[in-house]
Amino acid sequence: MATLVEHVEIESLEKYLEETWKTPKTLYGALATVDHKKIGKRYLVTAFTFLLLGGLAAMAMRIQLARPESRLLSPEVYDQLFSMHGITMIFWYASPVLSGFSNYLVPLMLGSRDMAFPRLNAFTYWTFLLSGIFIYTSALGGVMPHGGWFAYVPLTGPQYSPRLNMDFYALALLFLTISTTAGAINFIVTIFKTRCPGMSISRMPLFMWSTLTTSFAMVFSLPALSAALLFLKFDRRMGTHFYDPVKGGTPMLWQHLFWTFGHPWVYIIILPATGMASMIIPTFCRRPIVGHVYVALATVSTGILGFGVWAHHMFATGMPALSTTFFSAASMGVSIPSGIQVLAWLATIWAARRHVLATPMLFMLGFICLFVIGGVSGVMTASVPFDWQATDTYFVVAHIHYVLLGINLFPVLAGFYYWLPKMTGRMLGERLGKWNFWVLFIGVNLTFFPMHFVGLRGMPRRVYTFPGGMGWDWLNLVESIGAGITGIGVLLFIINVLWSRKHGRLAGPNPWGASTLEWSMSSPPPEYNFAVIPSVRGRDPMWERHDTLLDNPGDDRHEMTNPALSVERDSVHREYRRADEADPSSADIQAWRVLDDGKETLESTMLDADPQAVLRMPEDSLWPLILSLAITALFIALLFKAPVWSLLTFALCLGCIAAWLWPTRATFPPERVA
Amino acid sequence: MSTSAFVHDGRGPLHAPLPVRLSRARAPGWWGTVLFCATEAMLFACFIASYFYLRGSVEAFGAEGGKYVPLTRPLIMTALLIASSVTAWWGEKGLEAGNGMRLRIGLALTFLLGAAFLVVQGIEYSSRSMDWTTSAYDSVFMAITGFHGAHVAGGLLMNAYVQIRAWLGHFNSERHEAVGNAVLYWHFVDGVWLFILASLYLSPRLF
Repeated sequence: MATLVEHVEIESLEKYLEETWKTPKTLYGALATVDHKKIGKRYLVTAFTFLLLGGLAAMAMRIQLARPESRLLSPEVYDQLFSMHGITMIFWYASPVLSGFSNYLVPLMLGSRDMAFPRLNAFTYWTFLLSGIFIYTSALGGVMPHGGWFAYVPLTGPQYSPRLNMDFYALALLFLTISTTAGAINFIVTIFKTRCPGMSISRMPLFMWSTLTTSFAMVFSLPALSAALLFLKFDRRMGTHFYDPVKGGTPMLWQHLFWTFGHPWVYIIILPATGMASMIIPTFCRRPIVGHVYVALATVSTGILGFGVWAHHMFATGMPALSTTFFSAASMGVSIPSGIQVLAWLATIWAARRHVLATPMLFMLGFICLFVIGGVSGVMTASVPFDWQATDTYFVVAHIHYVLLGINLFPVLAGFYYWLPKMTGRMLGERLGKWNFWVLFIGVNLTFFPMHFVGLRGMPRRVYTFPGGMGWDWLNLVESIGAGITGIGVLLFIINVLWSRKHGRLAGPNPWGASTLEWSMSSPPPEYNFAVIPSVRGRDPMWERHDTLLDNPGDDRHEMTNPALSVERDSVHREYRRADEADPSSADIQAWRVLDDGKETLESTMLDADPQAVLRMPEDSLWPLILSLAITALFIALLFKAPVWSLLTFALCLGCIAAWLWPTRATFPPERVA
Repeated sequence: MSTSAFVHDGRGPLHAPLPVRLSRARAPGWWGTVLFCATEAMLFACFIASYFYLRGSVEAFGAEGGKYVPLTRPLIMTALLIASSVTAWWGEKGLEAGNGMRLRIGLALTFLLGAAFLVVQGIEYSSRSMDWTTSAYDSVFMAITGFHGAHVAGGLLMNAYVQIRAWLGHFNSERHEAVGNAVLYWHFVDGVWLFILASLYLSPRLF
C-alpha cells in the first residue's frame, strides 16, 4: 500500500472550493442556485414580507375596532381581513421564517457543506413563494378567503360560500403543504446523516433537536390538513358529502381533521424558536445551558404530546365528558415540558458567569415573559368549564397572540439580531436595537393584555364592530393605540436592518463569542462553508479550546488545535492511502476531511456520526423552479375546474420530475452494466 | 451497520477509506423515500380514520358502512398486488446478485400485475355503479380507494422510469439506489391496500 503525504495549502484549497461551490452572479445563478445560505436568506426576506402583509391587515382591523359602531369596513371586507391576517401569519410567516433560520444554520451548525437534498431545498423555497402569491391573487377578484384561518364548515362549504374564496384557501394550502413536507424531509435526513465526525446525537446543538422535532411533527400532521382540505374541495365542487349531515357526513369531521393538524402546527411554529432561545441565552450568560439533556427531551416530548391534545379546540361542540376530560388533562400535561424548558433558561440565567445584555438577549428576556403569560392563559383555557366561558371571545385572542408574538416573533427578532451579523458580515445597531425592543415590548403588551379583560367581559372574536356601552370601548381604544406602537416597533427593526447594511460595525467570525460551529468561519461564510470538515468532541466546540474565550466575546483570535477550525493555519497534511489499489471508488484517508473532488460533503452514521461515505452534491439547477411553476399552473387549472388543463399540467409536472431525477455527470455518472 | 465499509488496520474508523456514495449503507435518498412513505401513510390513516369516524357517529352514513360489498374482486385485487410485490422483490434481489435481466423481468411483471389491479378496480367501480355524490359512505369509499388507485398509478410510473433506466444499463449490483427507492414505494402502496381491505371491506362484516 502506497503512502503519500501531501501538503495541501489552505489558500489553494479555499480557492478551489470557492470556484467549485460558488453560484455565478447572473440571472441563471439567481434562479438556479441550490446554496442553502442563499435559500435561507430568501426564506427570511419572503417570510418577513408576509409578516408585514399580515400586519397591515391587523392594522386595518384595529383601526376599525378603535371605536364602537365603526363602519369604515364592511362585514365581508372585515371577514377577509381577519382571515388573511391569520392565514398569512400562521402559514406564510410563522413556519417559513423559522425554516429560513434552519435552512441557513443547520449545515453550518452540523459542520456540513449543504443540506442533504440541495435541489429539493431550492424547490421548497419556490413553492413557498408561489403558493403565497397564489393565495394573494384572490384579492384581484375580491375573493380572498373569508372563513377564518381554520375555515369551519358548513360556513365554508358549497352552500354558504359559493364563490372562489375558499377554493383559493384549500388549493393554496395544499400547494404550501408540498413545500413544507419536502422541507421537513430534507431537514430530517440532513440532521441524521450529514453531521461532522464526533458530533454524536447527544452533542448536536439544541436548535437541531427542535428543527428535527418540528420536521417530524410536520411529516405526521400535514397529511391531516391535506385530508381535510381535499374533502372540503370535493364537497364544494364535486358534490360529495363528507361534511354534509343530511347525507351521512358531519361538520365535526372537518374539525377533528383540521385540529389534528392544527394543534401540532402551533408547536411547529414555536419549537424552533425555543431552540433558538437555547442557543442564544447561553451565549449571553457565558456558559452552556443548564440541563441540556432535559431541554432536548422536553422539546421532543412537546412535539409528541402535541398530537394528543387537538380536541381542546372543540370543547364547546357537545363532545361527551369522557372526551373533554381526557383532552383537558392532556392539554395541561403538555405544558409541563414547556415549563421544563423555561426553568432551564431561567437556571442558565441564574447560574451565568456574566450577564451580557445585548439586544438579542433583551428580546429573549421579553420572550420568556410573554411565553409565561401566554402559557398561563393557555392552561386556563385547558380547563373545560373556564373554556366554555372564554372560547370564541377575545380571551383566546389574547392567549394566541401572547404565545405567537412571544414564542415566535420575539425569538425571531432575537435571532435576526444574533445571526444577521453572520449572514451579512455587519452588526445591527445596538442603541436602535434597544429602542426596537422596548417600543415593541410595550406595544405588544398594550395591544394584547387588555384583550384578556375585554374577552372576559364578553366581547366575541371576529366581530367587525361592537355596540358601545358594553364596557369594551376604552379597552379597544387602548388596544388599537398599542397596535400602532407595535407597528412602530416593527418599523424600527426594518430601519435598523437597512441602516446596518452600510453603517453596521464589521462583525468578524464570532462577534458574540458563541460556542457552536457556525461561528468558526468568516462572516459571511464562504460559499463552501468549511474548507476542512471539522471534528468535534463536545457540545460547545468553540469554547473547548481556550478558557479566555468565555471572558472575551468578540476576541477573534482563538487557537484551535483542531486544524479544521483554524483558518490561520496555512496548510493541512493529507495522507493518501488506498485500501485497494484497483478500486477507484474508495476515497482516501485524511482527504475525506478535505473533500475537494467536485462538490462533496460527508455522510455519517445516525447516532455516533462516524464517517460513512462521501456524498456528491448537485450543481445549480433550474428544475426546482421549473417544477414549481408547473405545479402553480396545475393549481390554477384546478382552481378553475379545467379538467383537460389539469391533466396536461399534471403531465408536465411528471415530466419535470423525470428530468430532475435523471442522473447527471456530477452526482452519478451513468455507467454501462458489464 | 456499515463497518464493512472500513478497512481495519488498527487505526480506527476515522482513518479508513470511504466509499464515494455506493449502495453499501442506506443512502440519503432511501431515507427520503422512507419519510415520504411515512407522510403518505399518515394521509391514508386520516382517510381510514374518517371512514371509521363517520361510520361510528352518523346514522345516515349509507350502505350500512359497506357490509354487503361482495369480496371476490377485492380479494383478486389483493392477490394481484401481493404478487406484484413478490416479483419486485425478486427482481431487486436478482440485481443485487448481479443479474440485470432478472431485474428487468421482475419490474415488467410488477408493472403488468399493478396495471391489472387498476383494471379490476375500474370494473369494481362500474359494476357497482358507484357515484360518490350519493352518500357520505360512497364519498369516503371512493375517495380512499381512488386515492389508493392514484398511488398505484404513481408507483407504475416510477416503475416505468426505473425500467427505462434499467434497460439503458444504469444499474449494476453495487449501484441501484433508484431501484431500491421505487421498490420500497411499491411495497408501501401494497401495504396500504391491505389496510384498506381490512377497514373498508372486512371490518363491516366483523363489527
